Amino acid sequence: MNIHEYQAKAIFRESGVPVQEGLHCTSVQQALSAYDSLGSKVVAVKSQIHAGGRGKGKLLSPKSGNLVMEGGVKVAFSRDEVEEYSSKILGNNLVTKQTGPSGKIVNNLYIESGCEIAHEYYLALLVDRESDSLLIMGSTEGGVDIEEVAETNPKAIHKQRFYPSEGLGIDKASSMAISLGLSGKSHDLFVEMALNLSSLFIERDCSMIEINPLVRSSDDRIIALDAKVSFDESATFRHPWRDELRDISEESEVEVRANEFGLSYVDLDGNIGCLVNGAGLAMATMDVIKMYGGEPANFLDIGGGANSESITAAFEIIIEDPNIEGILVNIFGGIIRCDMVARSIIEASNQTGLKVPLVVRFSGTNHKEGRKVLEESELNVVTVGTLGDAGEAIVSALGGSEE
Amino acid sequence: MSIWINEGTKVVVQGITGSQGTFHAIRMAEYGTDIVGGVTPGKGGQEIELPGRVVPVFNEMSEAITTTGAVASVIYVPARFAAPAITEAADAFHELNGEGLVICITEGIPTLDMVRVISHLEKTPGVRLIGPNCPGIITPGDNGGCKIGIMPGHIHAKGRIGIISKSGTLTYEAVAQTMSVGEGQTTCVGIGGDPVNGTGFIECLEAFEKDSETQAVVMIGEIGGNAEQDAAEWAKDNFSKPIVGFVAGATAPPGKRMGHAGAIISGGKGTAEEKFAAFEDAGIYIARDPSKIGEALVTALVDAGLRDS
Repeated sequence: MNIHEYQAKAIFRESGVPVQEGLHCTSVQQALSAYDSLGSKVVAVKSQIHAGGRGKGKLLSPKSGNLVMEGGVKVAFSRDEVEEYSSKILGNNLVTKQTGPSGKIVNNLYIESGCEIAHEYYLALLVDRESDSLLIMGSTEGGVDIEEVAETNPKAIHKQRFYPSEGLGIDKASSMAISLGLSGKSHDLFVEMALNLSSLFIERDCSMIEINPLVRSSDDRIIALDAKVSFDESATFRHPWRDELRDISEESEVEVRANEFGLSYVDLDGNIGCLVNGAGLAMATMDVIKMYGGEPANFLDIGGGANSESITAAFEIIIEDPNIEGILVNIFGGIIRCDMVARSIIEASNQTGLKVPLVVRFSGTNHKEGRKVLEESELNVVTVGTLGDAGEAIVSALGGSEE
Repeated sequence: MSIWINEGTKVVVQGITGSQGTFHAIRMAEYGTDIVGGVTPGKGGQEIELPGRVVPVFNEMSEAITTTGAVASVIYVPARFAAPAITEAADAFHELNGEGLVICITEGIPTLDMVRVISHLEKTPGVRLIGPNCPGIITPGDNGGCKIGIMPGHIHAKGRIGIISKSGTLTYEAVAQTMSVGEGQTTCVGIGGDPVNGTGFIECLEAFEKDSETQAVVMIGEIGGNAEQDAAEWAKDNFSKPIVGFVAGATAPPGKRMGHAGAIISGGKGTAEEKFAAFEDAGIYIARDPSKIGEALVTALVDAGLRDS
């Protein structure tokens, strides 16, 4: 689960991680009064969306698609500039490296006091799956794309591993500060900040915190100028406060709806809808469609507890995608019985008025019964035995490979 | 032979009184697994009826192990209670037997709970954790066999192929592929798709290398992390038997979590292409379509002189 920068900074403030004064706004009027009340001549006007790369993004008019402004994060030196930037940001579509070409409409702004920067750093906390521990990562090359630094100058990235039971600890925090070339006051302030940050990571079950840039100001303070925080969704049961931070408008409506039925769904760009049980098999199904020259329209895992209701919901979700030209169902029955799936498919097809070619591959528990149910039905369906045959059949039903 | 479990393995079911626990305890017993009891805190003294036997429920793992002689446990408790269930089992096996096998089926355990569990397991050497978020482990036998998990038992048969997989249904797919070319399995291990988990590919390969009955291995990976690359690198120098490999997620978009918590390409790393390349580099036989695993396996066995055609 991702949250906005302004929400992350509120958590930082509460947890003793220094940030500049700032205010969350949803209108140009609010942005102007925020500017007045902050009392800082220079402010940053920052688009709030759940994606990185905002500074280098482009704001486009959602109607015409025309360019409104370069850059979703602006430094304003006057009240007039605050007005100009906020009106060009709010309600427009921000396209960044991470949003994909469709971009995201900006409904939220953050107006933040400026500060004089002496140096920019990069800092991140995450779970390191290779060492089964937590990892704090820092670099003196802040404010730039960290993946690029990792590629071109991996030595500039410093790492310290730690465990939730012990926390980061003063020694490791200090080593990190020294690796980043900090000494004196800024060293001590960094250590305090890093300890607070790591405690907050553990206490709030984060999956990642990224601060890019973390800055040393000209008066030697350490300040988080950016804040990207995401939470481990498996731990939401013990953090009821997260409800208030959730911005549904930032999530894909169809993915949210799928989740409500216990389905795991990811929207893709192709035209062949997939309905599969199991995450690995669902990925493999997409891969096979592609291998035979087709393009998958989605990842969809109906999960181990699927029933008639959730399968119908899955069908509806697939069919409402206007790009859909065919559907591939791939079920390896374990706990799920193929005959149950077959009956659900027939029911869902009748309810939704299925008009596109359907290929079904059953294997495992009751696969023969499942095939029989489909073959005896009125449904226009091709049944096949293997995943490879399924991929071939659906692609040829759509007129073969496009290549 | 087989790895880690066999037809004589005595198994306790943690969470046996829950609907999932009871359902799968019955399926496991039907398959032939020697289920000797269950554990649910507060339900000690109850009994659960399984096919062909009635087993006792205990409040604690230590009591269950002492009374029944269990050497393995399988966990079906809800995610929020799963981490303590793993550590309780690990501590009890370590203290009483000096070794043990803990298989955690539960999906959706908080990642930091698993980080704590894995670091706790350093204090219980000899105890092996498989999972979480996995289908379990199965060793098909002459009559039934030992199934500890949720996989459909009937698709398996005793044979000479070892299977290791991050994914549930894709493991079944691999099993069906071996069967389609007339090969059975020694042991199939589902290691799970979570970013932080117990037994990994390399430990499975190590065990299969030592197991005289296993003559080839099918390894199923997926996008995310670099466990597959590490395993391929390790196998180059340390594994003498043929391996057939498949990796799911060649078409997965970067930055999107594909169902499993660990299945995500981050920062351009952990792609299927990277993993296939590592497999190729290690001389692993590759199937790019899971329905070609059987074919690749035949080629591997023929090349190794283990099969005529």
